[in-house]
Amino acid sequence: MSNDTVGKTLTVTFLLCVVCSVMVSLSVVLLKPKQLENKELDRKKNILAAAGLLKPGVPVADAFKKIDIRLVDFDTGEYVEDRDPATYDQRRAAADPDQSIRLTSAQDVASIKRRANQGVVYLAKNDSGEVTRIILPVKGYGLWSTLYGFLALESDAVTVAGLGFYEHAETPGLGGEVDNPNWKAQWRGKKFLTDQGDPAIRMYKGSVTASTPEGEYKFDALSGATLTSRGVENLMRFWAGDLGYGPYLKRVQEKGV
Amino acid sequence: MSEKKEILLGPIFDNNPIALQILGICSALAVTSNLKTTVAMCIALTLVVAFSNFSISLVRNSIPSSIRIIAQMTIIASLVIVVDQFLKAYAYQISKQMSVFVGLIITNCIVMGRAEAYAMKNGPVMSFLDGIGNGLGYSAMLLALGVVRELFGSGKLFGVAMPFLHLAKDGGWYVPNGLLLLPPSAFFLIGLFIWGLRSWKKSQVEPAEFKIATPPHHPVNTAH
Repeated sequence: MSNDTVGKTLTVTFLLCVVCSVMVSLSVVLLKPKQLENKELDRKKNILAAAGLLKPGVPVADAFKKIDIRLVDFDTGEYVEDRDPATYDQRRAAADPDQSIRLTSAQDVASIKRRANQGVVYLAKNDSGEVTRIILPVKGYGLWSTLYGFLALESDAVTVAGLGFYEHAETPGLGGEVDNPNWKAQWRGKKFLTDQGDPAIRMYKGSVTASTPEGEYKFDALSGATLTSRGVENLMRFWAGDLGYGPYLKRVQEKGV
Repeated sequence: MSEKKEILLGPIFDNNPIALQILGICSALAVTSNLKTTVAMCIALTLVVAFSNFSISLVRNSIPSSIRIIAQMTIIASLVIVVDQFLKAYAYQISKQMSVFVGLIITNCIVMGRAEAYAMKNGPVMSFLDGIGNGLGYSAMLLALGVVRELFGSGKLFGVAMPFLHLAKDGGWYVPNGLLLLPPSAFFLIGLFIWGLRSWKKSQVEPAEFKIATPPHHPVNTAH
């Protein structure tokens, strides 16, 4: 029988598709547990890296033991005690209408559509048990994708200790430069909030030097990636605001961690 | 035996897919700024070409010619996804650095080229060897690029500082050439490699497609 009859073509197509999809599905399903494990380890590593606590030679799991995970109510800024933070998935909660609120377009500075009612905070402690870093998960829309990252604050709840994104799909080489260590290094020492406790961070075109007015609130935008930089500005402003971690940070400043 | 050897080793210098056929340049630029991703890419591509050649060759007599290319693509794409899943499970950091370029093996012309040019006409074992051979040819070029780019671009090999290149930032004498970490440097290096290869193996030089015409002689009118 010739290969080119309609029947033969359809049969070959069908069989080929079945065999290939079985192969692909098998590899995806069988390797999933291992991949999730890697992802979890990578997330912990990113939390530590944002806080500047990642030391070569110390296993991530050990370093992570010094980090307390707590849940915070976004409206009151108080800790939530009746729920286990380790099993709380903030991304899933943000999609669940019972556990989140819909943001109006005026509120939705960072274009994230919904915000969970409760948020995770990671408190890094030193050997004597004092909190040295407050690490907040942040997210916001850039140019192509939602950027997910961690913002680490010093224990004064205002000064930035570090910022790192662990998931985004911005243009490599342009917006993707949010992963550039040189760019990330500038965040250290910036002020996340003004003295009045309002969102402070602004994007700035050109490098921010000691003589730049209000330089502690400004970050150097990425060249060629205005929309990604604006996305970073927006997400910093949203999460510093009343709908973000603002009330919690105010509470920390008044009553301590 | 010698035919097998020719198929396996020929693509390294005599018929290099990058240097002679100028295929697969995209990934050669993208992943060679350090050796770790380079090696991962070489292994991934070699496996994909070898197994795609093997499986396409197995079913070559049943593939209707009207859907030939799509059938090849389906097989190649499935293999690439499998390789990508393995990388995500066992080499997560590397797979993150290579990001889209693993997926882009699907569009790598070497894979399609070998499927169409070799595997559709030859038996599975020979096709498999042809895939390995072309993978080796690709790898040879990528490793050469990776060594030069990482060694002179960041003064390291596999992320380990080299004692003979004492970096300026650690108080030494060598200032790394940042250009080598950017994609265009791979173009320059590939160009140099091709030049070197063609000076060594003259048979790779193509005959000129045209000759520059000598300008016709214009008599200058000096009479006024």
